[in-house]
Amino acid sequence: MGGLEKKKHERGAATNYITRNKARKKLQLSLADFRRLCILKGIYPHEPKHKKKVNKGSTAPRTFYLIKDIKFLLHEPIVNKFRDYKVFVRKLRKAYGKAEWGTVERLKDNKPVYKLDHVVKERYPTFIDALRDLDDALSMCFLFATFPRTGKCHVQTIQLCRRLTVEFMNFVIASRSLRKVFLSIKGIYYQAEILGQLITWIVPYSFAHDHPTDVDYRVMATFTEFFTTILGFVNFRLYQSLNLLYPPKLENKPEDSVLKQEDEEKYAMDSESYMEKLAALGASLARVVSSNEEDDGAPDEFPADGENAELLEERQKEQQILEKQKKLFEGMKFFLNREVPRESLAFVIRCFGGQVSWDKSLCIGAAYLVTDETITHQVVDRPNLDKQFINRYYIQPQWIFDSVNGKTLLPVEDYFLGVSLPPHLSPFVEEKDGDYIPPEKLKLLAIQRGESTYENESQSEEEDEEDQESEDEADDDMDETEKQDEARLKNMEAQKVKRNKLNVKVTAGTVKTENKAQASQREQAEEKRLAIMMMKKKEKYLYNKIMFGKKRKVRETNKLAAKRKAHDDGLKAEKKKSKKIKSQ
Amino acid sequence: MAAESMSAAGERSGKGGRSKRPAPDTGLEEKDQLPIFENAALDEAEDGGDLTDSDESLFSGLEDSGSDSGGEGDNDGEEEEEEEGVDDDGRGVEEKSMKDKFSKLDVKDIRNTVGNIPMEWYKDYPHIGYDLDGKKIYKPIRNKDELDEFLDKMENPDYWRTVPDKMTGTDIRLTDEQIDLVHRIQRGQYGDTKFDPHEPSVDFFTHETMIHPVTNHPAHKRSFIPSLIEKEKVSKLVHAIKMGWIKPRKPRDDTPLYYDLWAREDPNAILGRHKMHVPAPKLKLPGHEESYNPPPEYLLTEEEKLAWEHQEPEERKLNFLPRKHASFRAVPAFSRFIHERFERCLDLYLCPRQRKMRVNVDPEDLIPKLPKPKDLQPFPTTQALVYTGHTNLVRCISASPSGQWLASGSDDCTVRFWEVCTARCMRTIEVEGTVRGIAWNPNPALCLVALTVDQSIIIVNPCLGDKFLCNATDQLITSFEKPEEVPVQPVEWTAAEGETFEKGFRLIIKHNKLVKQVTWHGKGDYLATVIPDNGNAQVLIHQLSKRRSQNPFRKNKGMVQCVLFHPIRPFFFVATQRYVRVYNLLKQELTKKLLTNCKWVSSMAVHPGGDNVICGSYDSRLAWFDLDLSTKPYKVLRHHKKALRGVAFHKHYPLFASASDDGTVIVCHGMVYSDLLQNPLIVPVKLLRGHEITRDLGVLDVTFHPTQPWLFSSGADCTIRLFT
Repeated sequence: MGGLEKKKHERGAATNYITRNKARKKLQLSLADFRRLCILKGIYPHEPKHKKKVNKGSTAPRTFYLIKDIKFLLHEPIVNKFRDYKVFVRKLRKAYGKAEWGTVERLKDNKPVYKLDHVVKERYPTFIDALRDLDDALSMCFLFATFPRTGKCHVQTIQLCRRLTVEFMNFVIASRSLRKVFLSIKGIYYQAEILGQLITWIVPYSFAHDHPTDVDYRVMATFTEFFTTILGFVNFRLYQSLNLLYPPKLENKPEDSVLKQEDEEKYAMDSESYMEKLAALGASLARVVSSNEEDDGAPDEFPADGENAELLEERQKEQQILEKQKKLFEGMKFFLNREVPRESLAFVIRCFGGQVSWDKSLCIGAAYLVTDETITHQVVDRPNLDKQFINRYYIQPQWIFDSVNGKTLLPVEDYFLGVSLPPHLSPFVEEKDGDYIPPEKLKLLAIQRGESTYENESQSEEEDEEDQESEDEADDDMDETEKQDEARLKNMEAQKVKRNKLNVKVTAGTVKTENKAQASQREQAEEKRLAIMMMKKKEKYLYNKIMFGKKRKVRETNKLAAKRKAHDDGLKAEKKKSKKIKSQ
Repeated sequence: MAAESMSAAGERSGKGGRSKRPAPDTGLEEKDQLPIFENAALDEAEDGGDLTDSDESLFSGLEDSGSDSGGEGDNDGEEEEEEEGVDDDGRGVEEKSMKDKFSKLDVKDIRNTVGNIPMEWYKDYPHIGYDLDGKKIYKPIRNKDELDEFLDKMENPDYWRTVPDKMTGTDIRLTDEQIDLVHRIQRGQYGDTKFDPHEPSVDFFTHETMIHPVTNHPAHKRSFIPSLIEKEKVSKLVHAIKMGWIKPRKPRDDTPLYYDLWAREDPNAILGRHKMHVPAPKLKLPGHEESYNPPPEYLLTEEEKLAWEHQEPEERKLNFLPRKHASFRAVPAFSRFIHERFERCLDLYLCPRQRKMRVNVDPEDLIPKLPKPKDLQPFPTTQALVYTGHTNLVRCISASPSGQWLASGSDDCTVRFWEVCTARCMRTIEVEGTVRGIAWNPNPALCLVALTVDQSIIIVNPCLGDKFLCNATDQLITSFEKPEEVPVQPVEWTAAEGETFEKGFRLIIKHNKLVKQVTWHGKGDYLATVIPDNGNAQVLIHQLSKRRSQNPFRKNKGMVQCVLFHPIRPFFFVATQRYVRVYNLLKQELTKKLLTNCKWVSSMAVHPGGDNVICGSYDSRLAWFDLDLSTKPYKVLRHHKKALRGVAFHKHYPLFASASDDGTVIVCHGMVYSDLLQNPLIVPVKLLRGHEITRDLGVLDVTFHPTQPWLFSSGADCTIRLFT
């Protein structure tokens, strides 16, 4: 073994990691700049496998970066721009102080700017990578787009975020790639499938934000800087893939209604209204090559054999369902009342091929009026409405979301005006066996399977039950007295038997017939118990942990089921009561 | 230069006083212009000229224009005011001059010369200023009071168009044109109805340089000499450019903001960095409980809500309270939305990431595959008999070598002898003290039982079974003859006599300290005792035939828990708290020291083959040693939940059992192969329950039947149980 022996912490894992402070010193950056750089370049700490080894024997809590990452940051052009910017700010301050306005002008003209294009390309070498990581970008941009134009962050950023999100929504509409929507108490979750990637984002409800004080907006702004860049490039690419113009242009249809044109005239300047019209999500986008839309022919079919055939069939089935879902609202005409959130509903409806309009005073781009006879559904979110048209359904907004998630048009009766709504379920939950499935989900699954009778059956069952119960009730009064009598009789009998038993007598023992299956089961259980005893300590720990998790799951499921049952029972009891009162 | 200044002048004049110049195309309009404009234009044109001159010209100009107001020329008093307006734009001038106009109308000759002063300075004087001749202008007699004013307002149809003139103090009635003018100005239109603000401007001068200068001045000298200052400045700039201090402005980056970044997407361009890249985990997708209208079972009850509120925010399973809203419009904004996004941001760039391989383990696969207990029969499976009679916990039991009798010692100061098959108590011997250990002599030709009662060991002949055998035993004991020289003994041997002999006592070995355990050698002649508090002499070995005792060890090596003779070879096992030492009695040396890895050894048993030892310990472990393999346990079994009290090997069957305070006895199959390469097979085969736990004690001792696969156990519930 020749060569010098290396010291203890100069080889192995310790050489691959560097602490944050050391990294910062190596890069000669302030903490704030280091943070910004890390955010932009996507550098994050790594948890070493053996922390003590990396930490040179100490157990102090430190964050470690990969040394390769830091070296990679060393020759980043943005770092120089940071320094330039610092110098620029210093110069500008000086010029202001001396009131040299000419210098100020000149400096401002030469303000150092940096671009993040290369960073995006570096972090996401392929387009799919970028799509995969779009979740956070979208959520953040949607949040920033709702910020007020005061304080907090630059107005340009907010405007850019709004523009990008609107563009993205328009793309989702054009490509019909929305899959799931969920109204949570936090905001609205959307899930779209773009190029096979599932992208989920959350949009806050459109209320003014209560801006918290314990949030560092600079960090968020830095993230947004990167997110807007990536979202812009992704948008460009997506628009290109659909042969749409970018920046998006609205399709000019000659048969546009008079209503629209009137609107446009009254509205502000063209350039301003354009963005808003785009944001209204009412019209479709112009294409580079005007082509009839649905002409991509069915994919070629290849003869498949054996197992593949089944798979293929399954896939085809899925595809069919998907196609059906995409055209869910085709041929329907919606009208949004003033009180419903316009943007989310218009977005969802248009994503599934429906036509939508709204009150003219609400937003630009309303296609038709309330009085239009051809409207099929009017979305209303108030207890009642004075003037109603006969030939359209008045539904609550949840119907649209539930239908989308259920992939079929649900019966509208449950969602009429003023009706108490059925629960809104999360479409993201996929129940495995053993998990608790709420009864509403079961119902939905039955509808999807095409068993429209499920509901009726259950209803009729309920009715039957009710009938029985009512009969029972009638019998109850009789029963009580009878029962008491019976109990008394039984008691007497038991006493008699006891008295008999006092006379000691040897009775022939009855042969216990042991249930064979039960016995074998018991045996097996014992065998298992004994085998568990023989497990190694490590495995036993793991086994216990797994079993604990399983048991907890079962416990939770049971708890939910019990809660539901209690709730349903309570409802039934109330119903009964009200019935009784009515009958009286 | 001359041309330049000329064109500048032209521009100036072109702004306001276009009409003043006798240009052929503008001349026509001149007539139609309102006097006001005329006025202003004139002022501008004559800017800086003599005041009186301008008055004249103004007057004449007004006359020229031929406007309706004939006598307006005589308000020279206004002139100063107009001076101010000159510098402003045309608008300001217009307005000012308008006011003047109103005053000019009615008052004929009066021109106030006081100038632009606040008129309240003349408030207390009868006059209001001076006219051109320097005479006082008196205020008109005003005897109008409020009432007159009111009447005037009611009756005079022109009241709304009468305006007081501050300069002269008189009332002026506005003409229709003037009112029209006011209206137009109010509307923001030009005063002149016919004026077209958008008419194309025509340069008064031609843009070509004319050969004749406009002025007749000779050119100044400086216009011929290049400026030194300029030169200096230029040379500075040139120098700076040369030195590279001034750089040409960078061309603006004209790439569009967004373009097809992935146009030349190269899958091979993936950097090495990306191999180490750990993509951020996606956020968890929301479940039913997050819905604005969740199913009722997902809503929290009052207690759960309270518990949720009392929890630390980090500990909460849900970071929000599920709520039900009757309709979509009732859903409020989520107050922690920005927080959540911010936390996500922090996670993205601050949280250390690590790739964890999570193997999906089927728990069933973890369970080791063992031979089925059924195939390993025989072993005790069911409780067959219960031996009741003791009134206190039964500390020790021992089965006779024939397997017919069972002896048990208890805390109630009795020793009972039972018939194994019938559970009948054959004899009860009362002793003075608790019986801590009992051991039946393994020699089948003898019928002796050794008991430890407090500080003594009593050798008892129970007189059970073969009378002949009992008598032979008695004879053997009585045939002892005292040797001539009595060696010094650590203990005192006495033969029982009289009443105690009747009880069955044969020999009493008196120690001076408490005796804990007694055990026989396989041949039945030697017996070893453990006296824990006896200093160096913790272990004593007694020889029955010679009634001799000796202390085998010179040194105390820790508290001895129990001792055992090797069944075949002359080895002696001594278990201290943590180690088991194996001594060779012939060579008188330590052969092995077994490390039990336990805190406190409670019991020990040796396999009949002699190569395997099991140790039970109070920390609920059972260690199996293979003496040929290592000094460390071959296997440590942690089957029991509480301290182990006793362990036992079966003489013939590959079985061993352990008794514990948790009230159970576990029977294991412990097969030892004669092939040295094969490790012993240990399989737990049965978990026997039966003893009840009393005073935190469960099963205290366990022993096997010498021939049958049966097991005796004694417990703290005063019973002895037989499992078959």
